[in-house]
Amino acid sequence: MSLLPFFQWAEATSLGEMIRNSSWAFAVIESFHLLALAVIGGTVLVVDLRLLGFGLRAQPVAEVAREARPWFIASLIVMLMTGVGLFLSEAMKCYASTAFTVKMTCLAIAIAFTFTVRTSVTSADEGRVRSSWRKAVALVSLALWFGVAASGRWIGFSG
Amino acid sequence: MADGGIRNPQCHVTLLPFCEWLAGTSGSTALRESILIYPLIESTHVLTLCLFLGTAVILDLRLLGLTMVRVPMSEMARRLGPWVIAGFVVMVTTGMLLFYALPVRSYQSIFFRIKVAALVLAGLNAFVYHATIERRLTEWDREPVPPRAARRAGARSLVLWAIVVFAGRMIAYNWFDCDKQPQPPIVNALAGCVARPR
Repeated sequence: MSLLPFFQWAEATSLGEMIRNSSWAFAVIESFHLLALAVIGGTVLVVDLRLLGFGLRAQPVAEVAREARPWFIASLIVMLMTGVGLFLSEAMKCYASTAFTVKMTCLAIAIAFTFTVRTSVTSADEGRVRSSWRKAVALVSLALWFGVAASGRWIGFSG
Repeated sequence: MADGGIRNPQCHVTLLPFCEWLAGTSGSTALRESILIYPLIESTHVLTLCLFLGTAVILDLRLLGLTMVRVPMSEMARRLGPWVIAGFVVMVTTGMLLFYALPVRSYQSIFFRIKVAALVLAGLNAFVYHATIERRLTEWDREPVPPRAARRAGARSLVLWAIVVFAGRMIAYNWFDCDKQPQPPIVNALAGCVARPR
């Protein structure tokens, strides 16, 4: 099954057309995408660093994760909303971009991983989770989100 | 005023000759023309936002009493400070390399100038915070919501860094570049465009 019709539809949406035809809309939306990148990056890092035994290591993992969570979710929502805008404005470019495919794959896995495996590890009683397992989860999380960010940046260099 | 508001180069202090000299060095040329190195440096600069600004934002939010409120401020600064500084070092290094690759265009970019101004103000804000309200940290270290002066420092920091990110992203756009004329005189003045012999 080809996803081409979906990308063609996205490219033809009025929102996509509006952003594409504006000289500044893409730049402004992308700036908000970047601001949210900083916040989401910080919230992911502070928890993963804690799982690895760095950063706020005098605090329980569960507390760090609980405090970071609302900011993670808020910045994720901003990322997704601005990301949809950017995507609609250049959907056909994204269709042809390997970086975009890599980013969306990493993003889907990263979100699923964060809300399942990582949440269960960060909210579990610390004595009940092996330290090596915690570290493995943190490294997978960091790798996935790094993949999202790096391939996301690379969309701009492709095409 | 020649060229629709483009200033005469003799009448003000300018770093333009230095930037032009820098642009002519072989390192600058190599960096500018590299197909892979420049994008890699630029990507590192952008991705390090997560490390530098991400951790700095968490400290600012703590100053505002909006996250990690049960963690003493001194603990936040001690544990996250080194990561902020590590990120800052990468930011400055990659940022200087990016400037090195395109010195003249950066120097004459309104957005670059706004970014540098906001950077200076952010640095000043951090300095004032450390020199004043942080001196009395023992009095409010464990307060879930720090005193007003600390909250204001956190809020100012967030706004200034947001301007840095915004302006930084806009440097890539050539809307107000000196070689795109005519521009309103105010644009040419702010960008430091100069009349060039034809």
